[in-house]
Amino acid sequence: MEASREVFWNIQFGEIVYILAVFTIIVFIYALYKRYKLWKTGIPKFKLDNIGKRLWNFTVSAFVDGIFHRRFFGSASKQGRKGIFKRLLPTDFYPGIIHYFIFIGCIILLIGSFLDFISHYFLDFMHGGFYLGYSLVTDIAGTMIIIGVILAIIRRYVEKPERLDNKREDLIALLLIMAVVVSGFLVESIRIAATELQTNPEWAPWSPTSFVLAQAFIDLNQKTLSNWHLITWWLHSLVSLGAIIYVSLYWNRLWHIIFSTLNAFFRNLDTKGILSREDFSVGRHFGVSRIDDFTWKELLDLDACTRCGRCQEVCPAFTSGKPLNPKKVIQDLREILINSTNSSSKDSQRTGAPSASNDNPSLSDVITEEVLWECTTCGACIEVCPVFIEPLTKLIGIRRYLVEMKARFPEELLNFFENIEQRSNPWGIAPSERTKWAADIDIQSFESGNTEYLFFVGCAGAFDSRNRRVTLALTQILDSAGISWGILGKDEPCCGDSLRRLGNEFVFDRMVMENIAMFREKGIKKIITQCPHCFHTLKNDYRQYDIQLDVIHHSELINNLVREGRLEIKHTGNLGNVVFHDSCYLGRYNNIYKNPRKAILKITNQLPIEMERCYDRSFCCGGGGGRMWMEESVGKHINVLRVEEALQKNADSICVCCPYCMTMFEDGLKDKGAHTKVRVMDLAEIVAKAIERGKIK
Amino acid sequence: MLVIICIKQVPDTTQVKIDPVTGNLVREGVPFIMNPFDTHALEEGIRLKERYGFRVVVISMGPPNTEVTLRKALARGVDEAVLLSDRAFGGADTLATSKVLAEAIIQLTQREEVAIVLCGKQTIDGDTAQVGPGIATRLGYSQLTLVDHIKDIDLQAQKVIARRKLEGREEIVKADLPAMISVVREINTPRYPTVPLRLMAEGATITIWGNKEMKLDDASIGLQGSATQVRKIFSPERAKGEILGDGITNPEEAASLLIKELKRKGLLFI
Ligand code: SF4
Ligand code: SF4
Repeated sequence: MEASREVFWNIQFGEIVYILAVFTIIVFIYALYKRYKLWKTGIPKFKLDNIGKRLWNFTVSAFVDGIFHRRFFGSASKQGRKGIFKRLLPTDFYPGIIHYFIFIGCIILLIGSFLDFISHYFLDFMHGGFYLGYSLVTDIAGTMIIIGVILAIIRRYVEKPERLDNKREDLIALLLIMAVVVSGFLVESIRIAATELQTNPEWAPWSPTSFVLAQAFIDLNQKTLSNWHLITWWLHSLVSLGAIIYVSLYWNRLWHIIFSTLNAFFRNLDTKGILSREDFSVGRHFGVSRIDDFTWKELLDLDACTRCGRCQEVCPAFTSGKPLNPKKVIQDLREILINSTNSSSKDSQRTGAPSASNDNPSLSDVITEEVLWECTTCGACIEVCPVFIEPLTKLIGIRRYLVEMKARFPEELLNFFENIEQRSNPWGIAPSERTKWAADIDIQSFESGNTEYLFFVGCAGAFDSRNRRVTLALTQILDSAGISWGILGKDEPCCGDSLRRLGNEFVFDRMVMENIAMFREKGIKKIITQCPHCFHTLKNDYRQYDIQLDVIHHSELINNLVREGRLEIKHTGNLGNVVFHDSCYLGRYNNIYKNPRKAILKITNQLPIEMERCYDRSFCCGGGGGRMWMEESVGKHINVLRVEEALQKNADSICVCCPYCMTMFEDGLKDKGAHTKVRVMDLAEIVAKAIERGKIK
Repeated sequence: MLVIICIKQVPDTTQVKIDPVTGNLVREGVPFIMNPFDTHALEEGIRLKERYGFRVVVISMGPPNTEVTLRKALARGVDEAVLLSDRAFGGADTLATSKVLAEAIIQLTQREEVAIVLCGKQTIDGDTAQVGPGIATRLGYSQLTLVDHIKDIDLQAQKVIARRKLEGREEIVKADLPAMISVVREINTPRYPTVPLRLMAEGATITIWGNKEMKLDDASIGLQGSATQVRKIFSPERAKGEILGDGITNPEEAASLLIKELKRKGLLFI
């Protein structure tokens, strides 16, 4: 006789389950519809662009992130043995494997039930070897879930990692999963005890866990067995459907199965964390002051959050003891979303401040100003979020409201804003001083046709005395490689990076339009930048203004020049241990990780030493997001934390590629009293030294 | 009741160079800004509006491009901007300027009573600090200069109480309204404009009065009406001195050189 089992064995009127299932599905869809309505209160601004690309990315995600769990295991890149850059060492192996067991187990069981259904009603294939294999796989899947849930319970309630906050719903979710699977095993093992063990005992071990459990029931008589089977069968059915109804109605966290999947589909396909443009027409309301000022996609973000706490763990603000916690930001906003009544009608004509009669709770009470201004826009939270949530864009939205509608911001920023508006640089230095760094060398103005590249020096490169030396080093490299470049001199504007990150979108917007008009007029297309912030802003933010600039950061350019042999490397320099620091706006935002490292390898014959947190998990220097212009009065200093990390690696030199990092590291080293032993060098300086044409001051 | 703020658009003096050959100011390409002291007068005017419900009008005499600066004032929340612009006003010194401004204030008074005229302490291009007092004298208003705090305005009694910041002391004075108050920087921190106000200001109409509206005697305004004239502008010779070290590239060395030098001169004992 061929191995098989009888569906609905011992069960009369089993089909009732289908009626209950239909009811369950109705409840589920109703709940989903309610949620959909809630998201729809957000601004509809979100083009469902690139369906093809979306589907492709989604499918890739489903495989890579679903089956291999890349985003759940986390991936810190470490250099491989042979040198170049292998991805190793999952940062989140333990939570990853827990999720993996439960996730894969559930997927297999779902597919299994589906196959069973098909086989029973349409196409009978559940017998013989296939049936036995099927039994084995589903049994293992169920076992994986149980192990996963047990590990999760241990992790949550025994180990209690800091990044997890335990709510009642977490325990309920785990218990529901457990109840469904355990009751399933009971049914299965009693059935095995009642049938297979008696008629075909060689089949039973193919369901190993159930087989073991079945031993407990083997001595019961047939009547009792079939009674118990009947009871547990209905129990299992009701628990399973009941769980879905419960989850649907009580918004249990298990909704993440749906929400996070949707979020993966609707995720931002543009540069990560890119901020949207604002429409500055008269009579509008600017920035986010109410929950429905977010776009519907941002609201979906809030619901998709699984409270895994990965973002909190990597956030430089949070880990240095500031009140900002990206996970809490998302959760607090979600709370507001849920409590916002659907009745709050959307009046897009609204002007001025939100009216007091509004029943939506105010965001500013929840996301306070102490929280808001701490974000360095480092993008780490976006990088690690397994479900593609972007906490940082929410913060900037609220910053916009405060700056644009209320003119409220930390007082240090008043000067900063005015300086930028009046003199187009953060310090308010006269633009005529922009070329002071070049007092001793010959430089050319950019002229379309005569010069190929515009060298966009950037405010720090032009005014900050330490960074001026980097600028000079870079010009030496450009000249040695015979690149044709020119500068804008006193006409060079600020790119507007900090303005945008600080929420001063209006001034940013006006500035960009002016800058672009100038770029067009002067025929500027190819730009070299020395600052990753200029790089990112010109390359990615300006793109929103319909100008496609060919922007290259010096770390990429230098590596190209070294590779092409256009720079003659004369010596390796005595740099000792070179520790490399990834800037957020090069690495995470623009995926430039390898270029600077390769250049260092070529020059020093060694790969740079990596800090504990490197590549996409790099830790911010603390200077981004406009934080450069603000006091850091709460908690530890972010730059000092990062310097400590570099010192742990016995750094003799720290290589940076960003003027802010330069300043932050130098300050941090002074703070630690290590500035006499360890020096900070820009990649350009290291290279300029190695080619040594002329003299670096 | 009106509060009138007089502002001036000035070249950003930190960016002005003096032509070494001709001795003239090189104004080419130098951006204009609102005279920094006037930004404080402006802020104080808006605060008075918030405190007492005055209507606030800003006036300025200058070339047509002064409009840009007036719009900045509107963006901070004043109710109306009047530009006094006419070729005939050109080349005015403080005397002729105060005459035009005073006349404009008189004309505004005909519409609505004036309580306070606010001015910055002085401008950064002329640095005379004469225009405010000139206006007060012409109009017969109380004259409160160097004010760093407006304590109270009693509209019933028509009095204002203000604190004047003088060298080494303060003076609390009570004066009759209407009064001309010129303010020092310490009086407040100017606010940052909100976007709705900026947008409103971008589209606002600015009243422009030429001499056709003002009807002043041609001989009393502009270059003709000026008692003083600019002959020559030059930067004073720099007193003797020496630059020690290179503070930009090597501040530490420069600092130690400085200390050594001060010790040598017996000015520093450590
Ligand atoms: S961008 Fe960086 S600083 Fe801001 S919330 Fe995210 S992790 Fe924290
Ligand atoms: S935002 Fe993302 S990383 Fe942060 S807790 Fe939610 S799911 Fe986890």
